[in-house]
Amino acid sequence: MIEVERLSKTYQMGEQKVSALDGVDFTIEKGEFVAIMGPSGSGKSTLMNLLGCLDLPSSGIYRLENLDIQDLKPNQLAEVRNRSIGFVFQSFNLLPRATALENTELPLLYGRVAKSAEIAFQALERVGLAHRAKHRPTELSGGERQRVAIARALVNSPAIILADEPTGNLDSTTGKEILNLFLELNQEGVTVILVTHELEVAQQTKRIIQMRDGKIINDTMNGVLSC
Amino acid sequence: MLIWVMFKMALRSLLTHKLRTFLTALGIIIGVASVISMISIGEGARLQTLNTISKFGTNIITIKPGQKKSRHVTTGKVDTLTLEDADFVEKNISLITGVAAQVYRSAQLKFENKNTNTTVRGTGASYARLANFEMDRGRYFNNEEIRSAQRVCVVGSTVLKNLFEGINPLGKTVKVDGKNFLVIGTTVSKGALSWYDPDDQIFIPVTTAQKRVFGMKHVQSIDVQAEKIEDLETIKEDISRFLRQRHNISEGKEDDFYVQNSAQWLNSWGDAAKTFTYLLGGIAAISLMVGGIGIMNIMLVSVTERTREIGIRKAIGAKKREILEQFLIESVLISFLGGGIGILLGIGISRIVSNIGGWETIVSTQSIILSFGFSVAIGVFFGFYPANKAANLNPIEALRYE
Repeated sequence: MIEVERLSKTYQMGEQKVSALDGVDFTIEKGEFVAIMGPSGSGKSTLMNLLGCLDLPSSGIYRLENLDIQDLKPNQLAEVRNRSIGFVFQSFNLLPRATALENTELPLLYGRVAKSAEIAFQALERVGLAHRAKHRPTELSGGERQRVAIARALVNSPAIILADEPTGNLDSTTGKEILNLFLELNQEGVTVILVTHELEVAQQTKRIIQMRDGKIINDTMNGVLSC
Repeated sequence: MLIWVMFKMALRSLLTHKLRTFLTALGIIIGVASVISMISIGEGARLQTLNTISKFGTNIITIKPGQKKSRHVTTGKVDTLTLEDADFVEKNISLITGVAAQVYRSAQLKFENKNTNTTVRGTGASYARLANFEMDRGRYFNNEEIRSAQRVCVVGSTVLKNLFEGINPLGKTVKVDGKNFLVIGTTVSKGALSWYDPDDQIFIPVTTAQKRVFGMKHVQSIDVQAEKIEDLETIKEDISRFLRQRHNISEGKEDDFYVQNSAQWLNSWGDAAKTFTYLLGGIAAISLMVGGIGIMNIMLVSVTERTREIGIRKAIGAKKREILEQFLIESVLISFLGGGIGILLGIGISRIVSNIGGWETIVSTQSIILSFGFSVAIGVFFGFYPANKAANLNPIEALRYE
């Protein structure tokens, strides 16, 4: 499903070239639940941006569902993001003036999917928030907001859900609930890639990729971490 | 489908900042309202004037004195026409039904303890007929009274109201610049224009005016009535030829008089009024432009404020074009809103102007369509730059924006 070969990203910082990602290789199969860990500056955000088709690599190959992402134009990237990727952010990133249902519906509208309101409502039902459909983000708790964001990520039945520290802004109880939701979704067959710095969270996933200085230093299956 | 959702979103974002939206739209509101009301005032003035001018009859040729030139030096005096010229025209030109020489000046009128300033017009006996004045009471002066320069006068209805409220003026004596005149008639009101009231004048014999009131030997204009409109050109040519001869103007020299018919005068007035309307409209259009700059300014602020929102939209798959459209819809909506309110306001202003100011105003569909179209175009034009800026934002940076 995801094939990454010698993926690199360098940024121009004034006179200097900074290598944020330095020749990364891995593959992720359909139905996996992968945690990406690493200290800040290790390149995990850069990797997420590339996997999420928000940015293009400086070199290397990123193949998503057999599509060569590195060769795409901005509008094609937007289409891939819309169709194949669901984002869940640490700070929820919901539109403040739109209701939960409207927030969830938005990707379907950009994808020009018919019966968008119905599908969006089903997605809200799936995350247990059907009764809050007409509420705006400001009227929802942090956990509820993150559920809306997950519903929005799910609504287009994407190939992968990319979650960037989804529990980072939540208390531990709510964080656990959200993590359980990801686990449930994964059991239903959704591929999830999750960035976290909490070992506790990472240990519940099937696979942990550890990064440092733009490189993968560890890639372990079944949550057995070799430190 | 998507466009409808975008429209709803744009409306919602405008409603979130009601005051800001209103202030932004205000520029357009004022612009459109001023375009519509200015053009309506200009058009109203033009049509009303043309109507009134055509009331004087389109079969009238007016001879006006020109400047006398001696050795290419213009003296500046315009006293080239005389009563004798008028008589000469009447006797020698065919195809005409009347000639009326005129002199006019404003003067003070006094009756008992009331006074008024008005136009005193010295005319021939046929002037009332030529200028379409109907008699209300009494009669117009006759040729005999003109020949002997009698001090008699006919009073217009505005003067009548000012001086003789509730009194029968016939047989009363009125003082014109201190000289006594006997009132022998009154005219039926013709209705006033905002800038000219044909009823605010009194008529006295042209000879009396020349000798006893103004102290002048020339006349200021000679009206000639043609029997048929088709003959106007022939008559004009005849008048020119005869008067040149009479004034001893040699071949190749310019006339010392002008011959115009009212149709020409109507046209040139119409053109002047149109220019005036365009000028008013143009000035108003500038305020519409300023309104457009206001939209651009607010949209730029809005794009900056909503950087994060733009980032979210891009992350979930909005294309550049869709972001562009969203912001364009917003700015066009503002100008649309402003245009709509501006039209109502403009119509309201022109109503008020015609009710209170007494100016006739005409709100033309053309000016509505023009100003509305222009304001929407301004929304697109000035909204494009901010919208394009939003559409080109980098999604990663936009998402990181606090």
